[in-house]
Amino acid sequence: MGKYKAVIGLEMHFELKSNSKVFSSAKNSYSKIPNENVSAVDMAFPGILPVANIYNIKQALMASIILNCKQPEYMYFDRKNYYYPDLPKGYQITQMDSPVGVDGYIDFECEGRIVRALIHDIHLEEDAASLEHLSDTSLIDYNRAGVALLELVTEPCLSSATEAVSFLEHMRSIYRYCDISEADTKKGQFRCDVNVSIMDEDATEFGTRVEIKNVNSFGGVRDSILYEIKRQSKLKDEGKYDEVVQETRRWNEDSMTTIRMRSKEDAIDYKYFVEPNIPKYKITKEWIEEIKKEIPVLALERKKNYIEKYALSEYDATVLVKEKEISDYFEECLKLEIDAKTAANWVTVNIVGELNREEIELSAFFITPSMLKQIIDPLVKGTISSKQAKEIFIKALEEKKEPKIFITSDVAQISDVNDLTKIIVEILDNNVTQIEQYKNGKDNLFDYFVGQVMKNTKGKANPVITKEILQKELDRK
Amino acid sequence: MNYMEKGLVELHELLKSSKVTSKELIKESIERSHEVQEKCNAFDLIIDEAKEEEITDNILSGIPYGVKANYSTKGILSTGSSNTLKDYVPFFDATAITNLKKANAVMVNKTAMDEFGMGGTGTTARTGITTNPWDYKRMCAGSSSGSACAVASGVYPYALGSDSGDSIRKPAAYCGIVGYKPTYGMISRYGLFAYASSIDHCGVLTRSVEDAAIVVDNMKGIDKNDMTSWDSSNINLYKSLTLNVKGKKLCYVKEICDLSNYPNASKELKEHLENFYKVIDNLKSIGLEIEEVSVDKTLLDAEPSVYVIIACAEATSNMSNLTGINFGPRGVGDNWIDMIKDYRTKGFSPLIKRRFIIGSYVLQKENQERYLKNAMRVRRLLVDTWKNLFKDYDAVILPVGTGPAKHLDSSKDILSKNTAVLDEHLQIGNFGGFPSITIPDGFVSGLPVGLNITGNCYDDANVLNIAYAIESTMPYKNQIAKESITNG
Repeated sequence: MGKYKAVIGLEMHFELKSNSKVFSSAKNSYSKIPNENVSAVDMAFPGILPVANIYNIKQALMASIILNCKQPEYMYFDRKNYYYPDLPKGYQITQMDSPVGVDGYIDFECEGRIVRALIHDIHLEEDAASLEHLSDTSLIDYNRAGVALLELVTEPCLSSATEAVSFLEHMRSIYRYCDISEADTKKGQFRCDVNVSIMDEDATEFGTRVEIKNVNSFGGVRDSILYEIKRQSKLKDEGKYDEVVQETRRWNEDSMTTIRMRSKEDAIDYKYFVEPNIPKYKITKEWIEEIKKEIPVLALERKKNYIEKYALSEYDATVLVKEKEISDYFEECLKLEIDAKTAANWVTVNIVGELNREEIELSAFFITPSMLKQIIDPLVKGTISSKQAKEIFIKALEEKKEPKIFITSDVAQISDVNDLTKIIVEILDNNVTQIEQYKNGKDNLFDYFVGQVMKNTKGKANPVITKEILQKELDRK
Repeated sequence: MNYMEKGLVELHELLKSSKVTSKELIKESIERSHEVQEKCNAFDLIIDEAKEEEITDNILSGIPYGVKANYSTKGILSTGSSNTLKDYVPFFDATAITNLKKANAVMVNKTAMDEFGMGGTGTTARTGITTNPWDYKRMCAGSSSGSACAVASGVYPYALGSDSGDSIRKPAAYCGIVGYKPTYGMISRYGLFAYASSIDHCGVLTRSVEDAAIVVDNMKGIDKNDMTSWDSSNINLYKSLTLNVKGKKLCYVKEICDLSNYPNASKELKEHLENFYKVIDNLKSIGLEIEEVSVDKTLLDAEPSVYVIIACAEATSNMSNLTGINFGPRGVGDNWIDMIKDYRTKGFSPLIKRRFIIGSYVLQKENQERYLKNAMRVRRLLVDTWKNLFKDYDAVILPVGTGPAKHLDSSKDILSKNTAVLDEHLQIGNFGGFPSITIPDGFVSGLPVGLNITGNCYDDANVLNIAYAIESTMPYKNQIAKESITNG
């Protein structure tokens, strides 16, 4: 197979997270019970009218700002007209003329490099119902009908499947950080169309663009791009590049192939026109400024911070910023003046581990940063061992009690040098024979002395300090 | 007693003083409905089981009224006079209906109309042709044909209509009554079956300006379900009727009214225009100033096409929800496309299908610039022209249509090119969302004719007061159609 450059563009849809749908007052909530969250508007009964959800508009504007897009002066919507059983009104309310954002860009990380994606536009629209096809009948579930979708269209600016997936992951992270979308592929909250073309390494003109529809997972995006590059490259190798035509293909997850849907000539005319029931809405500069202030520090910047400012490892920083809740937790620890590396270690190992094991969200996790401080402070001081710290951590979780109540004088280590010296001197005085044997070369007797100290203190002696004092005292003998 | 021929204020006093009960009024209204149904075929449904309501301080309480078939009425058949919805019983009320329910008004029937409001003849309802109560050989015009017919026949004091071109104001003229379409968004459109959303209006047909004001006061109000609705709580139309119009200025458009525009004018058209000039001459007596203005004829001539393009484009899209999947009789077919095709082929009348084709054509990507976008530009020019007139004048006064109601056998929904402007100018009121009211202004060939007063957006109170004053100079208030000579 020849060496070709791939050129990839994405059209990605994420469902927005909001209480109600984008043009109706019905609840926007994922439900396994069909037709539970449905209003007359969602089913397009005669006489219904759309009412734009201002919260969704704000979320869309926030995304537009993050993507460095230009925002329109006025917000308005268009109708995209076509018939399909999942589209009850016979048209979708979307944005064609004046999207919420155009001409933007965003930098993301891919395999250690920073790559810039160019954004053609981002627009707000409504989702369709979902269909279930049985052997002789099809069922329509309107729960999803009317849920807000944010469609982001990139320029053909990505060069590999890895880049495409990294970009998707980056966008998912942004949407989650900003509470714009849960971006859960299992709940069908992500869908993507992929454009792929190939060209010779030294070529300046793009090859023939093929659009792949119906890709609903990040893995699917990767696999469909890889498949399509391979398919197009093979045809080009064989001198049959003219068989690559501008067309729309469907991604088939089962066969892991793309299948022809329609050619460009059969493209549907959606007969767009302005939605007359939603008056033009002025987007003021003040509003944009207000939204800007609400944008949290995003993952990429946090990661950079953690590495540069707190000298965390690339790995730890990556784990910490993966979810905003985790990162916020970590930053809360820093505010409580817990040492960054210690906090990072506890969060990435113990807390993330616990969340994974219990399959719970951080919001449901019992130990707060201030509780964590109750464990880490004595650990750093040396009043408890790291083994004890972990035991207290588990106990606090199990019994749902503040960690500090498990750190009694009973469990606390004896770390006081004077106290320990007193005990050690007494033990040595009682073991004259053993000291002699030790001095004569029986080195392993050192452990015997440590054992005696532990026995004497019921295991509470700080082992490190004990060893230091013991060495000193033995040397003096 | 013929209580249902009286005005709202008088009926309210009778109810308040217990000289008549709500129950008796409803009984009379339903009996009248059946009589008018037999003669004129005005209804899609007569609600025989309608129940009386408690009499409160609200003038509308306990009084029967009619509702055009394209309003969504909870638990009551709502067909839009279309076979596509022949069994459709909604589970929610239109906001206007909810508001009237709060006033304790009593709905007694659903009135026939041109299917989904498309048509100006009253001949395309699924229930058949609605005939004019003054002359059964003539049409009521449409699309609020049943409402106009019923109010003119004394079935009740008022009926709801909708108006996307002139659907309230022309049938009102043809039936000798009052038809009022307030400013766009004053009455919520939620629950009104959409025809062409940017020009659809709710409104009312009555026998007096006073009654129109009372009813719209009760229908209007900002609605969270309609983003185009606005807060009119500071406007009380009924209380604004003072008869004082001293210093108010009206204008009429030469290119529309002047007989010289119509070289082949019929006898009826001549009489109609002469009557109009006679009426406006007389208005100086109540202190109104009236002037002639001139408007670019080319612009006016473009108006009917602009209407067809915009209305058909929006209608094509609005009625795409009619697939027979969620409601309406499910079509037959091996797949969903055939099912929808079957349902729509059988359900819609040929007139509507023609308009869908036009709508679809002008929306096509390659045609949009030439047709839809140009139509929108001309719409803007027309609206700006009228808005400029409103800088100098309180309202524009114009004759409605080319004379009295047209003969049914001439009804082909085809515009006569010569008189198109006269027939279609009321649509400018829809383009601009202007408050616009038609009142009867005389008789031609023994049949009523009307004039129209249209003012600037949000100036409803002023427009209604002017209409109220003009109405007071003529003897047509509360006229009933039963004394028709031709029907005798």
